[in-house]
Amino acid sequence: MHYEQLLIMIVRKRDAMLRNLLFVILLIVFTLVLVNVLHQEDSYNLKLEELKHKYALKPVPSVNHNKLPALQVNFKSPQEVTEACLQCHTETHKEIMASSHWNWERASYVEGRGVSSAGKKNVMNNFCIGTNSNQQSCAKCHIGFGMTSTHYDFNNARNVDCMVCHDNSEEYLKGASMAGYPDRTVNLENVAQSVGSPRKSNCGSCHFFGGGGNNVKHGDLESAQLSCSREVDVHMGANGMNLECVACHTAENHKMLGKLYSVSTDNSDRATCEQCHTSTPHLSDVLNRHDSKVSCQACHIPQYAKVNSTKMSWKWSDAGKLRNGQPFEEEDSLGNHNYLSIKGSFVWERNVKPDYVWFNGTADQYLLGDSIQSVPVKMNTLNGDYHDRLSKIIPVKIHVGDQIYDKVYNRLVQPKLYGEAEGDSAFWKDFKWDEAVAAGMKESGLPYSGEYGFIETEMYWPVNHMVAPKSQSVGCAECHTRSNGRLAKLSGFYLPGRDSNETLDTLGFWMFILTLLSVFGHAMVRMLAKIYLNKYEKQVISYEEDKPEE
Amino acid sequence: MEKIYIYKGFERFWHWTQASLILFLALTGFEVHGAFHVFGFEKAAAFHRTASWLLIGLIILAIFWHITTGEWRQYIPTTKQLKEQILYYLKGIFKGEPHPTEKTELSKLNPLQRIVYLGFKLILVPLTILSGILYMLYKTFDQNNLIVIEEYPLESIAFWHTLGAILLMVFLVVHVYMTTTGKTPTSNIKAMITGYEEFDEEHKEETVKNKNTKNQP
Repeated sequence: MHYEQLLIMIVRKRDAMLRNLLFVILLIVFTLVLVNVLHQEDSYNLKLEELKHKYALKPVPSVNHNKLPALQVNFKSPQEVTEACLQCHTETHKEIMASSHWNWERASYVEGRGVSSAGKKNVMNNFCIGTNSNQQSCAKCHIGFGMTSTHYDFNNARNVDCMVCHDNSEEYLKGASMAGYPDRTVNLENVAQSVGSPRKSNCGSCHFFGGGGNNVKHGDLESAQLSCSREVDVHMGANGMNLECVACHTAENHKMLGKLYSVSTDNSDRATCEQCHTSTPHLSDVLNRHDSKVSCQACHIPQYAKVNSTKMSWKWSDAGKLRNGQPFEEEDSLGNHNYLSIKGSFVWERNVKPDYVWFNGTADQYLLGDSIQSVPVKMNTLNGDYHDRLSKIIPVKIHVGDQIYDKVYNRLVQPKLYGEAEGDSAFWKDFKWDEAVAAGMKESGLPYSGEYGFIETEMYWPVNHMVAPKSQSVGCAECHTRSNGRLAKLSGFYLPGRDSNETLDTLGFWMFILTLLSVFGHAMVRMLAKIYLNKYEKQVISYEEDKPEE
Repeated sequence: MEKIYIYKGFERFWHWTQASLILFLALTGFEVHGAFHVFGFEKAAAFHRTASWLLIGLIILAIFWHITTGEWRQYIPTTKQLKEQILYYLKGIFKGEPHPTEKTELSKLNPLQRIVYLGFKLILVPLTILSGILYMLYKTFDQNNLIVIEEYPLESIAFWHTLGAILLMVFLVVHVYMTTTGKTPTSNIKAMITGYEEFDEEHKEETVKNKNTKNQP
């Protein structure tokens, strides 16, 4: 064998080796790509399983109040029950009387106001407007007895209502327009002996019915959650974790975690998803990273008011119409009020997609006496924007409407709505705005010019409940999309998939098209030239006609 | 006719893997950009991320290969015959003239290719990859105290990344078209697949001559 042939063989062998190597590498790359493409995220999230285990164990009370002699009493008044409670829980009333559930206000620093007090006492809303002069009715949701006016004694421990939160018999019920007293049908002895840790039904007796009916205010808190599926609410669902409110809204010395920014102002003592789920709950790093700018709720509450409708609009300007001198009401097909003479006209919605805003945990409210700064009047302002490090995108329900204001003093006014009987200047009895406002403002201690009008308002309700199962959470493309995304209205930042540099896109597109065209043109000219040259050659050297060109 | 081994095994592997990755990245990337819908945003973004790491790995390998084999010298730019090369594409090619420069194992790139590919490797690819890494790692302060690339706005990062992607697509079109300007329209592509390119006898002699002169100490 010649030396040269040997060399060629070696070269060929090496070639074969390279081919094999190439094949192996390509195979590996192909497998890697395939694995990545077909890989399904592991659904077994250890953090979540641990939580499920932890909360599957329901607490067992250490005391059965049924057995306590101090409660084997035929209580004549609810105050006697409170006194009985205080016999053992001797200092607990102090904790209650320091809480905002009791005081209906909380002092905090608000930018532009300094340290100010806000709460149901002085905050206005665009539902039933405000509590002043209407305490007899509004106090149904005060954890006390006998609040009939602004002159309520907040230092009388006997008036603390322990039962409304701690009744476990489901029998306790506050009377309608009874200033916080229980309904006369309630067997106080039964209730007192049943007490225990608050249940959904306790919290819900007020928080489900804010605004005068089920799910009127929140949209994400309603009586359906007493017994709903986990599709409605993974946490409270009867076939889900079936958690009580206090599982997340924990309390220390009766100071509850969690606040709603219709009445709260500062970023403290909030109940958060992170307190259980941590700030890195996902297996995917990309999702975890969203946490810096996107709240959990934004993706995990795709819609609210999933069972019953919630009120989206309330026009007080329509109130007061009478038929044959009598107030009337109209209902829609779902049984929701479209119109009430005493309240005006409403718009209800079900399965509502939330709006989205930036929120850093601080808020400001329209307080009774504030001047109107802009129209629509913001009943509460959620602070925050993209450049604020504490701000995140949160889902909100925006409740719009119109309500009565003083044209001269340029501020919203507090009408007296509730009255025992006609002739008490209450709007719900007499339907006379002038008198109702005069009485309400007098009770509030503010002047009224006598000239009223109606002005547009809006109110922001952060949506925190009705968390959907993982499979129903908001998909990436619902925000990362060119048009009509959930975050279409939020501006001031670059959202991949939604935003792009239009100039660059247009220039780039045309550059690409022009390149394609020039390449095509070049190819055409080449082909034509070749045909032409071919012809030319054929003419000159005709004997080579059959030969293929080069 | 003589076959000459021009493109080595790794080179071909690198070329085609890079080509497919770039195409795949373009497909998924422009979907993330919102240009069209194929996989859906979520999958497109995930695929884009995976493919980008593969490309980065491949490019690291390629850099290693270029350095260890000395192949990087192929890209040293030259102005010699650059003008002729450009004029050839503008005029000569239509007249059926031969290429002004010869392709050899030691000099596979013509002067125009040298400059364009150098720009591709030193400007276009780094621009796209670096902006891509910044895009991928773009995080803002949060409770986890993750890495922060906050002061530089995402908008600008996205701009440079998109610009890189668009230029890459323009490059791709021209590049693919230029492969048809070889001896026959498919000879260049065949060479990149098999490694061998066909040349005339005289070319081979010249190549051997070149080789001999260059190999002389």
